[in-house]
Amino acid sequence: MTTPAASHPSLPDISGHTIVAERYWGRWVAVAIITVLIAALARAFAVGQIEWAFVGQFLTAKSILEGLANTILMTIGAMTLGIVLGVVAAVMRMSPNPVLKGVAMGYAWLFRGTPVILQLLLWFNLALIFPTLGIPGLFSFRTVDVMTPAVAALLGLGINQGAYTSEVMRAGMLSVDVGQYEAAKSIGMTRLKALRRIVFPQAMRVIIPPLGNEFIGMVKLTSLASVIQYSEILHNAQNIYYANSRVIELLIVAAIWYLVVVSVLTPAQMLLERHYGRGGGVGR
Amino acid sequence: MTAVTPPTMTPPAMTPPPGLPPIVSIIDVHKSFGTFKAVDGVSLDVAPGEVVCIIGASGSGKTTLLRCINQLVQIDRGAIWVDGELAGLRIDGDKLYHLPEKEIARQRLATGMVFQRFNLFPHLTALENIIEGPVHVLGKPRREAIEEAHALLKRVGLSEKADAYPTNLSGGQQQRVAIARALAMKPKLMLFDEPTSALDPELVGEVLAVMRELAASGMTMIVVTHELGFAREVADRVVFMDHGAIVETGPASQVLGSPKEARTGAFIAAVLA
Repeated sequence: MTTPAASHPSLPDISGHTIVAERYWGRWVAVAIITVLIAALARAFAVGQIEWAFVGQFLTAKSILEGLANTILMTIGAMTLGIVLGVVAAVMRMSPNPVLKGVAMGYAWLFRGTPVILQLLLWFNLALIFPTLGIPGLFSFRTVDVMTPAVAALLGLGINQGAYTSEVMRAGMLSVDVGQYEAAKSIGMTRLKALRRIVFPQAMRVIIPPLGNEFIGMVKLTSLASVIQYSEILHNAQNIYYANSRVIELLIVAAIWYLVVVSVLTPAQMLLERHYGRGGGVGR
Repeated sequence: MTAVTPPTMTPPAMTPPPGLPPIVSIIDVHKSFGTFKAVDGVSLDVAPGEVVCIIGASGSGKTTLLRCINQLVQIDRGAIWVDGELAGLRIDGDKLYHLPEKEIARQRLATGMVFQRFNLFPHLTALENIIEGPVHVLGKPRREAIEEAHALLKRVGLSEKADAYPTNLSGGQQQRVAIARALAMKPKLMLFDEPTSALDPELVGEVLAVMRELAASGMTMIVVTHELGFAREVADRVVFMDHGAIVETGPASQVLGSPKEARTGAFIAAVLA
C-alpha cells in the first residue's frame, strides 16, 4: 500500500508538519486597551467622592433588605398577573369569537399605548374618581383603604405587563404547526385542552427567551413604583439618602442588589429552557 | 344523545349497500374555500369493516372529503352520518342546531385519523403520544393506558421505541406511532390522509404492512392514497374523485383494472407512468 503523499509525487508531502495556532493580535490589543480603561475607571471611583464604607454598611441595612424583599415580591406578583392576563388575552385574541378577539386587541392597545408610570399614578389616585369601590348593596370599600401603594403597583405593573406578555404568548402559539391542533382534535380534544396539553408545552420553547427578558425587565420596572411610595429597594435607598445625603453610595447599594437578582434569574431561565427543549433534537 | 338513522332526515342520494347499515353515510356534501369548490356534491356510504380507497389527482377534493368526515373541515351543505350520529348537528323537530365544541370533540372519538405529515406531538415520547388521548381525553388510568400502549407499539413493530422522541424516529416509524396513537382511542373507523406520501420510498412498505394488518383485522378504513398497488390489494372498493366529485366507484379490480370512465383511466395511466 502506498502513502497518500506518495501517490501525488508532484505535491509536497506535508503529512509530518504541525499546524501553528493562529495569533489573534487584534484581541491582545483590545484586551490591553480595555484593561487600561477599566483601571482608569476603577481608579476614578476609588479616589472619587465615594465613601465605600457606607456602601458596605448599607448593603445589608434592614430597610434595604426589606426593600429588596419587596422588589422581589412585586416582580413575582406583577409577572404572575402579567402572565395570567397575557395567556388569557392571547387565547382570546386567537379565538374565532370576534367579541373576545376585539376585547383582547383593545386591551393591548390601551395598556401598550400609555406609559406605565402614568398607569401607576392613575391606579394610585383612583380614589379621586371613585371614592368608593364595591358592588352597590353588597359591599363597598373606601378606595384609599384598598388602593395601597402595593396594590396600585401590582395592578399597574401586572396589567401593563399582561398587554406585552399576550403578544409573546401569541407568538409562541403561532409557532406551533397547525397540524398539532388537528392531531389533538383528532384524538377528541377540545380547543382549550389542545392548547393546554399540546400547544403551550411546545410554544414554551419560543415563549421562554422573551419572557425571561420581560422578567428581568420587570425587576427593574418595579423601581417605578417608588413614585407611588411603594417601599421597594430604590424607594428605601432614596429615603435613606434624603436623611444622610449619601446619594451615590445608596444608589450603588441599590444597583448591586438589582445586579444580584438579575444574575440569579439568568441561569434559572437556562434551566427552564432545557426543560421545555425536550424532544427538540440535538443542539436546540 | 339518541342515535338517529339517516333516512329520517334527507333521502339518501345513493342506495346503501345491502347488509349492515353503513357506518359512514355521506349525503350530497358540498364544501367551498372561497370561490374554489373543493367538494361538490359527494355521496358515499361505507359499510362496517369495509376498506375504501379514495384516489385522484391533487386538488380533486379527496383530502377535504376525508377531513369533513371527522369535522376538521365544516361542510357547507349536505349531511354526514358517522356511527349513527349526524356530524356536527343536532336535530330538533324540523330544525338543525350546531353542536357545541364538546359534543363535536366527543363525536370525533368514533374516528381515528392518520395524517400525511404524521403530526406526532414532538414534546412527548412515542409512548406518551399514544397514552395522551386515553389518559387525558378518555380518563383512563395511566397504568392501564401504558399497558395498552405497549401492546399497540408491539403491534406496529416498535416495541423498543417506546421512549424515543419523534425527532429520533424515521418517517416510517413516526407514521406507525401515529397509527398506534389513533388506535389507542379504539375508534370504529380509521381515516388515512395520504399516509405514505411524505415518506422516503424505502419506508413506505413498513407503513403499508401495518395498514394491511389493520384491514385484515376487520377495521373500517377510508384511505386517501396514491398507492394503487395497496388499493388493488387491500381495498374492497376504490373511489376515483376529480374536481370535487366522485367520477367512478366500484371494486378495486374493476376501477383500477378496467375503468369505465375515461378520466379514471387517464389518471391511473398517469400514476403508473
